[in-house]
Amino acid sequence: MATRITIDPITRIEGHLRVDVNVENGKVNRAWSSGQMWRGIEQIVLGRDPRDAWTIVQRICGVCTTVHAMASVRSVEDALKLEVPLNAQYIRNMIMNAHSIHDHIVHFYHLSALDWVDVVSALKADPAKAAQLAESLSDWEGNSRHVMADVQNRLKTFVGSGQLGVFTNGYWGHPAMKLPPEVNLMAVAHYLQALEVQRYANKIVATLGSKTPHIQNLAVGGVSNPISTDSQSVLTVERLLLIKEMMDKLGSFIRNCYQVDVAAVGAFYSDWTAIGAGVTDYLSVPDMPIDTKCTKFMTPGGFIKGGDLSTYKPITSYADSYFRDGVAESVKHSWYKYSAGAGALHPWKGETTPAYTDFQDDGKYSWVKSPTFYGKPAQVGPLANVLCGVAAGHQPTISHLNRMIDTVSQLSGTKLPISALHSTIGRHAARAVRCGVVYESLQANWQALMENIAKGDVATFNKPVFPKGEIMGVGLHEAPRGVLSHWSVIKDGKIANYQAVVPTTWLAAPRGEDEAVGPYEASLLNTPVADPERPLEVLRTVHSFDPCLACAVHLTDKENKTVVQVKAL
Amino acid sequence: MRVVILGIGNILMSDEGIGVHAVEALQQRFLLPDNVEVVDGGTTGMELLPDLQGAHDLIVIDAVRVGAAPGSVVRLEGEEVPAFFKTKLSPHQVGLCDVLAALRFSGGAPERVVLIGVQPVSLEMAMELSPDVAAKMDRVLELVTEELAAIGSPARARV
Repeated sequence: MATRITIDPITRIEGHLRVDVNVENGKVNRAWSSGQMWRGIEQIVLGRDPRDAWTIVQRICGVCTTVHAMASVRSVEDALKLEVPLNAQYIRNMIMNAHSIHDHIVHFYHLSALDWVDVVSALKADPAKAAQLAESLSDWEGNSRHVMADVQNRLKTFVGSGQLGVFTNGYWGHPAMKLPPEVNLMAVAHYLQALEVQRYANKIVATLGSKTPHIQNLAVGGVSNPISTDSQSVLTVERLLLIKEMMDKLGSFIRNCYQVDVAAVGAFYSDWTAIGAGVTDYLSVPDMPIDTKCTKFMTPGGFIKGGDLSTYKPITSYADSYFRDGVAESVKHSWYKYSAGAGALHPWKGETTPAYTDFQDDGKYSWVKSPTFYGKPAQVGPLANVLCGVAAGHQPTISHLNRMIDTVSQLSGTKLPISALHSTIGRHAARAVRCGVVYESLQANWQALMENIAKGDVATFNKPVFPKGEIMGVGLHEAPRGVLSHWSVIKDGKIANYQAVVPTTWLAAPRGEDEAVGPYEASLLNTPVADPERPLEVLRTVHSFDPCLACAVHLTDKENKTVVQVKAL
Repeated sequence: MRVVILGIGNILMSDEGIGVHAVEALQQRFLLPDNVEVVDGGTTGMELLPDLQGAHDLIVIDAVRVGAAPGSVVRLEGEEVPAFFKTKLSPHQVGLCDVLAALRFSGGAPERVVLIGVQPVSLEMAMELSPDVAAKMDRVLELVTEELAAIGSPARARV
C-alpha cells in the first residue's frame, strides 16, 4: 500500500520547509520539497544606498547572518571593481571561518546528531566502558570515566524531571537507531561539551565583527575596524592574542571530538553510505581571498559532473564568467510568475512577483525557485566543496578526508571508497572534513594578519565611489551550507535590482523547467521508511544538507501543532 | 545578579520585529543599572547561549502566537513560557525554547524567565511595525520596567 507522509512543522502564519514523500513497499518513490513562505526580501533593498544593503540583508536569515552580509558587500564591490585591502580580507576570512566552524559544530551536535543517537539508550550504558571506548578513539580531554558518569547522572535527572526539552521529539527506540548504549552516552557527553566549545567560535566572530549575532564592522570596500598597535579601543595585538587562545580550543575539539564522532557514526551506520546520493553534479565557489582583487584563494571551488572528479572545472576568480554566465532560476513549479512567461531568468534579470496557487503535486508547490547551473540542478554544500578540493589537489582537504576515511575504515573493518561520500552520511563526513579545512584557514589568516600588521600596513578600507548610470555585480561566498550569491544592479548609486540565490534554494528547489529533480527530492528517492508515523529516515537525509530557508520567523508559539501527517493513498 | 533583557524577532517582517524594536526603544528612553544587559537577538538560536547562561533573570520580548486578539500584549512567566519542541527540519526551528532547554541540561539556565509578548497584526515584508502594534510600545516598555523594578534593578527614564 502506498502512503503519503507530510512533514510540516509550521502552519498558518509561519513558514519554513515542508517535505512530502510517497512511500510504497517501505521506500520513498516520490518527494516534494516546499518552502512555505514567500521570500520577498529582495524588494526591501530596492532604491536604497548599496552601502547599506548588507546591514539589511543580514537580517534575512537568523542562522546565517554573517554570510549574507559578506555576499552583499562583495556584490557591490564587484560592481564597482573595488579592491579590498589585505587586512580587511584577512579579518573577513577569519569571521567567515569562525562562523563556519560554529555552524558545523552546532549542526552536527545540536540539530542532526539526535537523528542517529538514542539519548534514552545512553541511560543503560556502562560509563566505564563508554570512557574506555572514547579514549580508544582519541585523546580528547572530555572522555574520562568521571565525565561519562557525571553526564549519565545529569541525564537521569533531566529525563526523570520530565523535562526532556530539546530531546522531546527524539525517535527513541526507533528500529533505525543502531548505536550501542556506550556510544550513545559518549555522544551525549560530547553534545554537552559542544555547547561549551561553540561559544569560542562565536566569541571570535563577536570580537572581530564588533557584535554578534549581527556583525557591525563590514563596509563596502573593506572593514570598519581600525587597526592599531597601541590603542585599546580598536583591533589590537592583545585582542588578536585572545582570539588565538580561543582558536586553539576549537582546533582540539574539531580534531579530537567532532571529526572522530562523525567517523564513529559513519562506521556504525555504514549502510547509509548507500542512501541519499541524489544529485551528483556538484558546485562550489573559491573562498578566503588572499589578494586585494579576489583572484587568489585559500580554498578552491568549481564544478563536477556526475560525481566524476576527472570532470572538475575550476572557478578561478570572483569575476570568472564561467560562474556568472551559468546561473539561472526557473519558477515553473514555484509560486512566482515571470513577466516574459515560461523560461528561466538570469539573477540580474530576476523577478520576484508572487503567484500563489495551492500546493499542487504536478503544478506549483513551493516559494523556493529552482536554480540551475547551465540548465541543470546542482548540489552545493560541504560535500561539493570537499570533492572540488580533492579534484583540485587541495592538500588540507585531502589530508582531512584521508584521516576521516581511515578512521571510519578502521572502526567498521572495511576500507571505504571515496564514492561512499555520495550519500546521506557522506554529507556529514564532508562537513566535518570541511570544518577541519576551515580551521586551518582560520589559523593561516590569523598568521597572515599578524605578519601584515607587523609590516606596518594598517589599511582596512577603500572608499567606494558610485558612478552615474547602471552597473552590475555579483558577490560569491562558500557559506557553511554551500554556494551563496548576491546579484545586484545599481543605477545612479541606488539599488535597482537585487537577487539572493542562497544555498538552500539550490538544495530545496522544486522541479525545474525540464522537470529535473533538485537535490532534496532526488536524495529522498529510495530512502527506506520503517514506520510512516515516525519518518526518522526522511529527517536523516533532509538534515544531512543542513537545511536553512532564508526566511527566519521566530514567533514564540504556544499552540502545539501536529507535525507529521500520514495518509493512505 | 545579572539580568538580561532579550529582544528577538525579524525586523524585516513588520510586527515580527517587535522584540528588537522594543529593546532599542528601551535603551533610548531609559537608563539601566549596570547589572542589566540588553541583547538584540534578531532571529538567532544557539548563538544566544553565552548571553543567557548565568543570568539570574531573563526578560524576553517577542512576537507571540497565543490565540489572543492581534495587538494584545501578554505576560507569561516560568512554566507558561513554552518549553515544548517539535520535529525540526531546519535550524530556524531551534528557537528560544530550545536554547533554554539546552541551558537547563548543561547548567546555567536563568532562575526566572518572563516573556512579554505581542500578538502580531501584520507579518508583511516591511521594516516598520503596524500602527496597532506600534501603539502598544509604551505598554510593552511599561511591563518591562515594572519587571525590572520588581527584581530590584529599576530603570530610570532619561530626561
